[in-house]
Amino acid sequence: MNVEEKVKAIVSEQLEVAVDSLTIETTFEEIDADSLDIVELVMALEEEFDLEISDQEIEEIKTIGDIVSFIESKV
Amino acid sequence: MDRRVVITGIGVITPIGSNKEEFWQNLVTGRSGITTVTGFDASAYSCRIAGEIPDFEPTRYIEKREARKMDRFTQFAVAAALMAWQDAGLDKNEIDRDAAGVIVGSGIGGIKTIEEQHRILLEKGPRRVSPFLVPALIANMAAGYISIMLQLRGPNLTVVTACASSNHAIGDAFRVIQRGDAEIIVAGGTEAAVSDIAFAGFCSARALSQRNDEPARASRPFDRERDGFVMGEGSGIVILESLDHALKRGAQIYAELIGYGMSGDAYHVTAPDPDGTGACLSMQRALDDAGIKPGAVDYINAHGTSTEYNDRIETLAIKKTFGEHAGELVVSSTKSMIGHLLGAAGAVELIATLLCMEHQTVHPTINYEYPDPDCDLDYVPNQARARQINVALNNSFGFGGTNATLAVKRYLDK
Repeated sequence: MNVEEKVKAIVSEQLEVAVDSLTIETTFEEIDADSLDIVELVMALEEEFDLEISDQEIEEIKTIGDIVSFIESKV
Repeated sequence: MDRRVVITGIGVITPIGSNKEEFWQNLVTGRSGITTVTGFDASAYSCRIAGEIPDFEPTRYIEKREARKMDRFTQFAVAAALMAWQDAGLDKNEIDRDAAGVIVGSGIGGIKTIEEQHRILLEKGPRRVSPFLVPALIANMAAGYISIMLQLRGPNLTVVTACASSNHAIGDAFRVIQRGDAEIIVAGGTEAAVSDIAFAGFCSARALSQRNDEPARASRPFDRERDGFVMGEGSGIVILESLDHALKRGAQIYAELIGYGMSGDAYHVTAPDPDGTGACLSMQRALDDAGIKPGAVDYINAHGTSTEYNDRIETLAIKKTFGEHAGELVVSSTKSMIGHLLGAAGAVELIATLLCMEHQTVHPTINYEYPDPDCDLDYVPNQARARQINVALNNSFGFGGTNATLAVKRYLDK
C-alpha cells in the first residue's frame, strides 16, 4: 500500500466512510469530520507513519491530499 | 395547582431483556440474569459474577461512527431512550421540541473509558489519549446525546446520587413538568460499571456477593443467607408527560406519577442509618407529596439489594412508615433477578413496577429460601402473584446516605 492508500484506509476506518468514496480532493468538511475527529485521525496517522504532526500543521489540513503530501514530505 | 404528570413510554436495556415484553416475561417467571463476568477477566476478584448484557449491539440503535465515541453507559441510555420515545408514539416533528427535555442519572458515568484511556496514557503517553475521553466519560453525556439525537431543547440535566440517581432523575423531571417548565421529559438512568476498577473498588468495600459458584442464586434480597449485592448494568428510560399533553395527543398512559420523596441519612458514607430514619422520611414524604394515606399503598418495589444492612433496615423503615399496613401490602425486589444496576436501578425498577401494574401481577423476589427474623414482610417469594395494584412506591437509596422514593398510581381515565 502506498501512502495515499494507507491514509484513505485510516480515514475510512476512523470516520466510517466507504474507502471508494474518498479521493485526494475529499475535504474533511464534506465527510462531517469535526476538529476532534481530526485530532483522533492525526493520532492514528502518527502511529502508522511514526511521525509527529504539530497543532499548527493540523490546522492546515483540509483535504485527504493535504495529509498525503504532508506525510510524503516527512518520510 | 401543580400540573398532573403521567408516564407514556418505557424503554429498557437489562440483563433479562432489552424490550418491555421480554423483560416482563422474565420478571414474571422469575428468571435470573446473573452469570459469571464476561466483560473483563475477573479471575483474581473475590466477586466474579454480574448481570451483564453480553449481546448488546449499539449499532442497532446508533450509527457506528457516533457509537464509538460514546461510553457504554451512554450507548445503553440512548438505546433505551429511543425505545421509550417510540413506545410513547412520539414524533419529534409533531411536538414542541423546545418544551421537551432530558433528565438522566448515572451513578458513576464513563468509567470504562477512564480505564481504557488511562492504560493508553501509561503505555503510550499523553499524546495518545483520545480527544473523546472527556466527552465520553462525563456523566451528563447520556442526557446530552439523547437531546442531540431527538433534537430536544428543553431542560437537560443529569443527577449523580449513586444508587438513587435515576429515582432522583425521574422525581426531578416530575417537578419540572409540574411547574410548567416542560411538557415532556425523557427521564431515567443508566450504568455500565462492570469494569475492572469499579469492580475492584466494590469488592474491597465488601459490598458484593461472593456466591461465585451459583450466580443465579447469588442475589437473594431479604433471604437470611444473603451475602452482598450483585452488580448489574443497563438502562431504564421513561417518557414523562403533562397529563394535558398526553390526553391531547391520545397517548397510552402507563400510570400517573403522584409523589416524590427525598431525604438524607446524615449518618455514614456507605452504611444506612440503623434506625431507618432516612428511608422512612423518604417514603413518608412521597406519601405526603401524593396526598395519600399509608393504607392506600398496595405494593412497594424495594431497594432490596441483598446486602445484610439494606434489607434489614429497609424492612424496618417500611414497618415504621406503614405501621400495621406493612403486613398487608406486598414488597418485592427486582434486583433478585437483574442485580443492582446502581444509577439505573430506580428507573428500571420503576418500569418493573409499571409492568406489574399493567398486568395486575406482582413479580416475585427470587432466591428466597431461608426466612430472616429481621425481614418479616411479604416479599412475594419465588412466584409471581396476581394482585390488585392501584398505588405503588419505588425506593432507591444510595451511598452517601441519599434516598429517593417515587409514588405511582394506576391511571383510570380521570
